[in-house]
Amino acid sequence: MDIDLRQILKRSAGEIGKSSVVALWFMFLTFPIMVMKVNPLDKTILWRWMNMAYVGIGTFSLSFIWRFLMERKEMGATKDEAETWQKRAGKYIRSDKRIYVPCMIVLIIFALYFPFLFSSYQTSIMITALMYVMLGLGLNIVVGLAGLLDLGYVAFYAVGAYFYALTNHHFGLGFWGALPLAGCMAATFGILLGFPVLRLRGDYLAIVTLGFGEIIRLILENWNEFSYGPSGIAGISRPSTFGIQLTLQQHTIYLYYIMIVLVLFTILVVSRLRNSRIGRAWIALREDEVACQAMGIDKTTTKLTAFALGATWAGFVGCILAAKTTFINPASFTFMESAMILSIVVLGGMGSIVGVVVGAFFLILLPEYLRAFSQYRMLAFGASMVLIMVFRPQGIISGIRQRYEFHKEPAEEESL
Amino acid sequence: MTASMPVLDIRELTMDFGGLRALDNISIQVNRGEIVALIGPNGAGKTTFFNCITGMYEPTKGDMIINPPGKKMQRINRLKPNVVTEHGLARTFQNIRLFQKMTVLENVMVARHCRTRSGIAGAIFRNESTRREEREMVEFSYQMLETVGLGRYVNELAQELPYGAQRRLEIARAMATEPFLLLLDEPAAGMNPKETSELDQLITKIRDVKGVAILLIEHDMKLVMSISERIYVLDYGQMIAQGTPREISDNPDVIKAYLGEAFDA
Repeated sequence: MDIDLRQILKRSAGEIGKSSVVALWFMFLTFPIMVMKVNPLDKTILWRWMNMAYVGIGTFSLSFIWRFLMERKEMGATKDEAETWQKRAGKYIRSDKRIYVPCMIVLIIFALYFPFLFSSYQTSIMITALMYVMLGLGLNIVVGLAGLLDLGYVAFYAVGAYFYALTNHHFGLGFWGALPLAGCMAATFGILLGFPVLRLRGDYLAIVTLGFGEIIRLILENWNEFSYGPSGIAGISRPSTFGIQLTLQQHTIYLYYIMIVLVLFTILVVSRLRNSRIGRAWIALREDEVACQAMGIDKTTTKLTAFALGATWAGFVGCILAAKTTFINPASFTFMESAMILSIVVLGGMGSIVGVVVGAFFLILLPEYLRAFSQYRMLAFGASMVLIMVFRPQGIISGIRQRYEFHKEPAEEESL
Repeated sequence: MTASMPVLDIRELTMDFGGLRALDNISIQVNRGEIVALIGPNGAGKTTFFNCITGMYEPTKGDMIINPPGKKMQRINRLKPNVVTEHGLARTFQNIRLFQKMTVLENVMVARHCRTRSGIAGAIFRNESTRREEREMVEFSYQMLETVGLGRYVNELAQELPYGAQRRLEIARAMATEPFLLLLDEPAAGMNPKETSELDQLITKIRDVKGVAILLIEHDMKLVMSISERIYVLDYGQMIAQGTPREISDNPDVIKAYLGEAFDA
């Protein structure tokens, strides 16, 4: 006990020393801009020593906290604890219906009453977040399950959006008719992209898909006769309500419920796919391509189905985006969008459905609610992303595989 | 030797990598239900040979013919690896290649892929036939794990298994594709003597119970000598000897290849 205490004291003395060095270094670095203020008119220098103290104290405490957390992480305590904590909590919540069911009921009631509790603006943000949940779950098929790093996912999003916009503009096709067709259209483009990249993996695949995304955007920007160029397409119909007239506010609420249904549908489909013959083939492909083929799985069809099914969801969401904003132009489909969706998947937890949902809410809602911090908004946003990736590299919630119980008869146990 | 045709008939197989001849006119036959070993010093071309048969490399010359029991004879040159597996040749890998982040049971279930049919629609709607297929797949895979003695690990991740168990899981996975010929690439590498003797029993059991022919690459001479019925010896891509374990252990060429030539003053 005594030795333990002495060791801890010794170590923390070392940490304090290191953190002090960091603080001194930062005080030195920021000295010219934070401390000295030259007044060129009076030819005087204003010495702001208080700023130096702030910088010193700030960096010292940040550095100390950082070191403390890193040490815990290195000792493996954080990781193991978090892992078992997550496992235990997951097991507990799933096994005990008395907790699981009320939690779900509260969540469902909250989700259903949301548009009546909050403003139209809040509902609109929530619709966007739900759209990104769908995009994230779609990309999760490609990146999280099949392990194909796709940086051009936004291309399929654009295909869906322009499909609805153009068919609505030229042929007056309604939202409900366009939605499944937009998915099919995006799937076709997924296969089109899939063919040339069948032999590629990892970084090479990432570069080619990145190029594909840019090509689609540039075509939309420059082919004026087809896509109306940078000015985009306006006046796209909102989702039809079968003859009932709605105000703008009611339309938002209507779209919110459409999104809730679609997200639930997506979760159902993706969770079923994940634990199916196809889903296991995707994961096997991600884990080891050579072994996967040697076990009799056709690499070509498996990759193409992953691309096609992943793209389908982007097509759906593209269609919804066009219906929500009633206006689209190529500026909505930049690389930044792809990066954002990829961040949702990686940050949330690759291959995990709950993880992607949490990741989407985190990445879409956080910048909105951080508006209170005005100019520090993106700084805080970036910092939180860095922190999550440092301390939970596997994502907020890592994927859990389906478990099977064998007693007499093999019985399946659902896991989500 | 049995009178029937060999299940695997490799004739004059040659494999060149640029100017390097990795395999030179290799002919190997494996008969039904036979355990055959392929041995040789490091770099002799044994794994290259496996990669040629399983479709991972395309051999420069030669014929590879399979004759699955109850099916018609077929040439397997230029077939894709997954098609070769579908025809009934399954392999394991020298450096274990399991699907690390999948459970033990799922690893075996993946191998059932080529013997099952349900597609995307089946996965989404979970109709009766898909559910039945899934149940059968789970049951089959579980039985396979029981056979190799991994029944208690079903829900563990493959990466969490001890080394010897990972090797056995590779065998179970290969067996789940229902092959007529099992190709084992150094199954005993890195195993302790106890694990090796268990492996010996397992391989013999697979042959006896499932009637599968086995072609194995192995460095552990004790294992090779005790289980194989015939042995082929490769050195620098050349076939230097073949015969029964007794013949091989007395063969001067083999001793020379392994130990080097005696130095005469």
